[in-house]
Amino acid sequence: MDGEELTEQETALYDRQIRVWGANAQRRLTKSHILVSGIKGTVTEFCKNIVLAGVGSVTLMDDRLVTEEALNANFLIPPDESAYRGKTVAEICCDSLKDFNPMVFVSVEKGDLSTRDTEFFETFDVVVIGYGSRSTKKAVNEKCRKLSKRVAFYTVDCRDSCGEIFVDLQDYKYTKKNLEETVECELNFPSFQEAISVPWKLTPRRTVKLYFAMRVIEAFEESEGRKPGACSLLDLATVLEIKKKLCEANSVSESHVPDSLLERLVTGNTEFPPACAIVGGILAQEVIKAVSGKGDPLKNFFYFDAQDGKGVMEDISNSLTS
Amino acid sequence: MDTQQQQSAIKGAKVLMVGAGGIGCELLKTLALSGFEDIHIIDMDTIEVSNLNRQFLFRRSHVGQSKAKVARDAVLRFRPHINIRSYHANVKNPEFDVDFFKQFDVVLNGLDNLDARRHVNRLCLAADVPLVESGTTGFLGQVTVHVKGKTECYECQTKPAPKTYPVCTITSTPTKFVHCIVWAKDLLFAKLFGDKNQENDLNVRSHNAASSSKEKEDVFERAEDEDIEQYGRKIYDHVFGSNIENALANEETWKNRRRPRPIYSKEVLPESLTQQNGSAQNCSVTGGDSVISAMPSLGLKNPQELWGLTQNSLVFIEALKLFFAKRKKEIGHLTFDKDDQLAVEFVTAAANIRAESFGIPLHSLFEAKGIAGNIVHAVATTNAIIAGLIVIEAIKVLKKDANKYRMTYCLEHPSRKMLLMPVEPFEPNPSCYVCSKTPLVLEINTQKSKLRDLVDRIVTAKLGMNLPLIMHGASLLYEVGDDLDDIMVANYNANLEKYLAELPSPIVNGSSLTVEDLQQELSCKINVKHREEFDEEKEPEGMVLSGWTQPPATNGESASTSNNENAVDVTESSSGSEIATKKRRLSETQPENHKKETQNVESDDDDFMEIENPMLVSKKKKRVE
Ligand SMILES: [Zn+2]
Repeated sequence: MDGEELTEQETALYDRQIRVWGANAQRRLTKSHILVSGIKGTVTEFCKNIVLAGVGSVTLMDDRLVTEEALNANFLIPPDESAYRGKTVAEICCDSLKDFNPMVFVSVEKGDLSTRDTEFFETFDVVVIGYGSRSTKKAVNEKCRKLSKRVAFYTVDCRDSCGEIFVDLQDYKYTKKNLEETVECELNFPSFQEAISVPWKLTPRRTVKLYFAMRVIEAFEESEGRKPGACSLLDLATVLEIKKKLCEANSVSESHVPDSLLERLVTGNTEFPPACAIVGGILAQEVIKAVSGKGDPLKNFFYFDAQDGKGVMEDISNSLTS
Repeated sequence: MDTQQQQSAIKGAKVLMVGAGGIGCELLKTLALSGFEDIHIIDMDTIEVSNLNRQFLFRRSHVGQSKAKVARDAVLRFRPHINIRSYHANVKNPEFDVDFFKQFDVVLNGLDNLDARRHVNRLCLAADVPLVESGTTGFLGQVTVHVKGKTECYECQTKPAPKTYPVCTITSTPTKFVHCIVWAKDLLFAKLFGDKNQENDLNVRSHNAASSSKEKEDVFERAEDEDIEQYGRKIYDHVFGSNIENALANEETWKNRRRPRPIYSKEVLPESLTQQNGSAQNCSVTGGDSVISAMPSLGLKNPQELWGLTQNSLVFIEALKLFFAKRKKEIGHLTFDKDDQLAVEFVTAAANIRAESFGIPLHSLFEAKGIAGNIVHAVATTNAIIAGLIVIEAIKVLKKDANKYRMTYCLEHPSRKMLLMPVEPFEPNPSCYVCSKTPLVLEINTQKSKLRDLVDRIVTAKLGMNLPLIMHGASLLYEVGDDLDDIMVANYNANLEKYLAELPSPIVNGSSLTVEDLQQELSCKINVKHREEFDEEKEPEGMVLSGWTQPPATNGESASTSNNENAVDVTESSSGSEIATKKRRLSETQPENHKKETQNVESDDDDFMEIENPMLVSKKKKRVE
């Protein structure tokens, strides 16, 4: 037992979940601080889940003004223009989230995530990027890794009816129940940079196509200076060229990344709410595991595609010995 | 996404949701966000504090209100222009008949009990409306699709029945804590605070000392002016002291068992408790809700703390006193409710004292509550994921994408890299009595079983019928309904008390019964086989119903073990949070008249999908590592 006991009120409210993960895990949850940047449908789902779970605090970053587009797949924004006019996505979501669980401290942080210095991240236990460029993801991940305390780092991205989660828990020790006894386990995670730099030939056999497709889209957005998700069918030709180059550079055939999949990702700009619920659910579950130090974490990518219905975990680490 | 066609299918769909709880809240939200515009939702429950950690459409201020209604209002706030209709009612009510179900394009279940699930399954079959069924417990969940004639119905595979215990284990020889809980809840609590006229085994079997039977009857009666504490001590001494002592007198029972220890109140408690906590402050304040509780006045705060014998005894007396002092009006018609704090305290204390007496480890209030209330372990994330999967299947059903239907398992540990594992649905089971009208076989002692036993233990409990009717040949033996005249009712009631073989149209070995439920439009045949003896431990009901699932082949192992299919079944049902692993051989889904010699059937591998049991797979892996 560490820390103070849960209050009577907490025990009553969290009764059903304490039966799942225990009072110790609940205590750790109530003391954890989560930073979330970029609030679209999947992240909305994620926020709802961790606020209900009873984390200590959630800090929201998203300075985009609320527009029609932001309403898609988002149940935190009432579609009443007079209510959201002039407000940022983070501000309006903050108001709604507070309401879900008065015991969680929800606040808004203004400004650009990529310009924050390393110390900023020290106040958090978990950082989630829901909407960010490849360079932002890399930079924030590196800053988290420089800190003496371990900050769990996640990215999530949903396009069309697909989703991707990336996880970096650095050197991670945890416990898990193995039949009757509890065993200590340890895992080493690669950084975002290291993970996406693994030569395609060295990725595990039958790695899901989505992994490669997402790397192509990422490269496209970076080379064209696009905001995440800002592309359309008109960009498909350029995307296919980039795919060709990447396949050549990795000495794999072009069939490695199906054109039809890239087309889906390029055109599917509106999120598919069921996929958001699923990916946001898995992400929240992973954050709860990491904070409580209980259960096998996801290492280090997760993919969901509503078309085949599979939710797949991929371990893509830079193993030179392969 | 082929958006155009999909969006119009979604927009034009009329959807029925059954259940506005953990899965229901998530489902209603995801349906609305996905563009559904005509949603009907049925739920009989009202909101409780312990719902708020996952049923995110509800707030503390809504406690006590209808779930269906509050969920509707909450979703309309972010999607104001859609049509949501809520029904604060039991889905088993007669108004939700086959015609009601026929108006929908798809039915989505987010239910928490087996009974209602079976009922909805039957109505969907009768109305020929596709059903998407779901369940969660902890990090596990599943979504299945049931389309008449195309995929198996919800009842094609037998579901694990709620656990029942032999009566004597509960009344005289408990060996596990759960036995003590059942005793405290179903016998003692019911005897003290429930319907006094209900039959109760509390005295009957615990002793052979016939002399005292009259006196025992009186123990539970409280004289109007009797001091409550004295009364409580009397009950205490009776059930934990003299009853045990009486039971000990029967040496036969304890030959191979550990002997229990009688416990009397004077050994554990001081002479009088009143001065100890004279200024009893009995209302604990939990977020504004005032709850009557025995804990605060005894200085007990933490429900996860283990109480010793003395503390349990104090809680026992104190809770009993509070029932009589503060809730006197309810006494006589209380039933145990896991959300009734005082009831949980009383049952925990009573179960622990009994456990102490029988040398069984004691449990905290938190744990005892979980066991007593069959509490389902639930988290928001799994419900959200499952709701997303339900909507994906619902859309396929609306687009009639039959070859894309999947049942999906949500796993805690990945199996073959998958956390979400889609599997092709099974074909209907040709020997399913619900969707294929295959006769059932009932083994029963026709001379010693009454029609009432058949109705209670088979027709209601096993067949899950709501408004049953029983026919034998042309003779109507029993029916339920509001349109019956007094003579018929009297007639049926008389029949209930008759032994099967003595009914106006005697049911004997070889008889064939027709049992129908008009609301569910389900009819099934039962062939009766007379049997003299039943094993009290293994067959506590005194009758055995079989037929709709093939018993696992005992000598068919050689046929091909690889064809065994294992699937995980997870249900947020009262029957349990356990995962049942079951085997079913599709090669045996043939008419039941095949005999042993014809059992070397060549299996047609095309009918198979290989699914490995994810649990087994992960265990295997661990062993290899
Ligand atoms: Zn069936």
